[in-house]
Amino acid sequence: MQVKLAGIELKNPVMTASGTFGSGQEYSRFVNLSHLGAVVTKGVSIVPWSGNQTPRIVETPSGMLNAIGLQNPGIDVFCERDIPFLRQFDTRIIVNVCGHSMVEYCEVAERLSMEPVDLLEINVSCPNVKEGGIAFGQDPKALAGIVRQVKRVARQPIIIKLSPNVTDIKEKAKAAEAEGADAISLINTLTGMKIDIYRRGFVLANRTGGLSGPCIHPVAVRMVYEAAHSVDIPVIGMGGISVAEDAIEMLMAGASAVAVGTASFRDPLALERIIDGIEEFLDSQGVEQIQDIIKVL
Amino acid sequence: MMLKESCTVLSLDEIEEDIYSMWLSSQAIAEEARPGQFVNVYSRDRSRLLPRPISICETDPAQGCFRLVFRVAGAGTREFASLQAGAHTNALDVIGPLGNGFPLAEEKGKRVLLVGGGIGIPPMLSCAKVLQEDAMAVLGYRSRAFLQEEFPQACPVFIATEDGSSGSKGTVIDAIRENSLTADVIFACGPKPMLRAVSAWAAKEGIPCFVSLEERMACGIGACLGCVCDSNTLDRHLNVCKKRVCLEGPVFLSTEVKL
Repeated sequence: MQVKLAGIELKNPVMTASGTFGSGQEYSRFVNLSHLGAVVTKGVSIVPWSGNQTPRIVETPSGMLNAIGLQNPGIDVFCERDIPFLRQFDTRIIVNVCGHSMVEYCEVAERLSMEPVDLLEINVSCPNVKEGGIAFGQDPKALAGIVRQVKRVARQPIIIKLSPNVTDIKEKAKAAEAEGADAISLINTLTGMKIDIYRRGFVLANRTGGLSGPCIHPVAVRMVYEAAHSVDIPVIGMGGISVAEDAIEMLMAGASAVAVGTASFRDPLALERIIDGIEEFLDSQGVEQIQDIIKVL
Repeated sequence: MMLKESCTVLSLDEIEEDIYSMWLSSQAIAEEARPGQFVNVYSRDRSRLLPRPISICETDPAQGCFRLVFRVAGAGTREFASLQAGAHTNALDVIGPLGNGFPLAEEKGKRVLLVGGGIGIPPMLSCAKVLQEDAMAVLGYRSRAFLQEEFPQACPVFIATEDGSSGSKGTVIDAIRENSLTADVIFACGPKPMLRAVSAWAAKEGIPCFVSLEERMACGIGACLGCVCDSNTLDRHLNVCKKRVCLEGPVFLSTEVKL
């Protein structure tokens, strides 16, 4: 089940999707974090962010919209508390990095350079904050700039997390690769909106939110396939994975690893079930190693 | 480790239009739950991803079961209301108890005024059953009352209805004034406008007031930060002026949070 990402070995290809798992502390009541390939933390910024007003969450058919707005305690608390917490477990630590500006992304990456974390995931795709986030991910020039700058200060390999809210994902994947990204991850959420027809108003305080859950899975598979076939760096596939079969589709489409997010809300044990399910699939199909099902299409 | 538990629906009754009372089996929840805590109830329909957070109305540790009283507010709760009681095939996946609950142990021996509004009334019943003669309850309804007949076995109860069909005409505040009620501490659960009015009255009277908040949730266990409320102080864990309703709450001292 081992896979390698930018030189880092993972015991299995299943990790948490950023923003759905905090820094693991809350879910550690349900899940043995040492069973996971990696824990990807919620986005962390240089100073604490308060996020958006509520309502931040609404369910939609086979999915949900969220507009948390990257609320986080800031890098200092994160380094003092969350990294030591995660270090107790036998899993890889991937820190999701967010910022309002190029400088802020770099400051966080620099601050993390001396910390015992394995990889950085640069979040240039959050649809729920006004500055930074998705603005960097939608403009290939800005995207290239941020990859170049962060790469300069980061000591760990960097993953660029791409947005599906673009016309051509291949172009973004190539831009990240050209500037030295060590891997890319996709998809972040799709921008959506929900209207309360009786109140004649937006359900979310932020008006729009990011759509996640099983309803986005086919979109994610298509985009992972396109991205994986346009770059040579590893791709981490995510978007609506809720059972092992969904994860296997992603791997076959070209992902070297997968992340599970919204599924944990429905079943806190989803991650472990997916890991077990992939293993059972490999056994039942007589596949010796996971690499034999990665990018087979 | 905490687990999702499959709980058999032991009974299900519509006690008022669109208000259902459901007893579910779970020895663990019956033993552990404190008044004011809630459970996450998961839909059997996989297209409805998110758990429905529902407050615990009461527990019966001897029988190994607990009671939820909920309003049908959408497709998820409509599904719960349509289940057949008794059949093991009609079990619901539940995680709980979650949240902090009311500080009954900390406020022991004090005279507690329980204030419930609408679907905020069920957790007040479990408070009343624990507190007994130390409590008085004020229950506010739009029109038709429910659960009110179960309170007198535990504590004195006063009713307010917006249309005046029973008890005081008006809000819970009108019932409190008409009956000249007072207390050492208040526990309140109900719609935001009611919580605002009750905490304003409590502040004027100099009575500490604990309020149980409701917010749209996703995970229900503190990870997703979907259900935060604004707080007046920096939260130690979040490092911003917010509190997680599902974890630090749902019960807060009214002066801690912005209502």
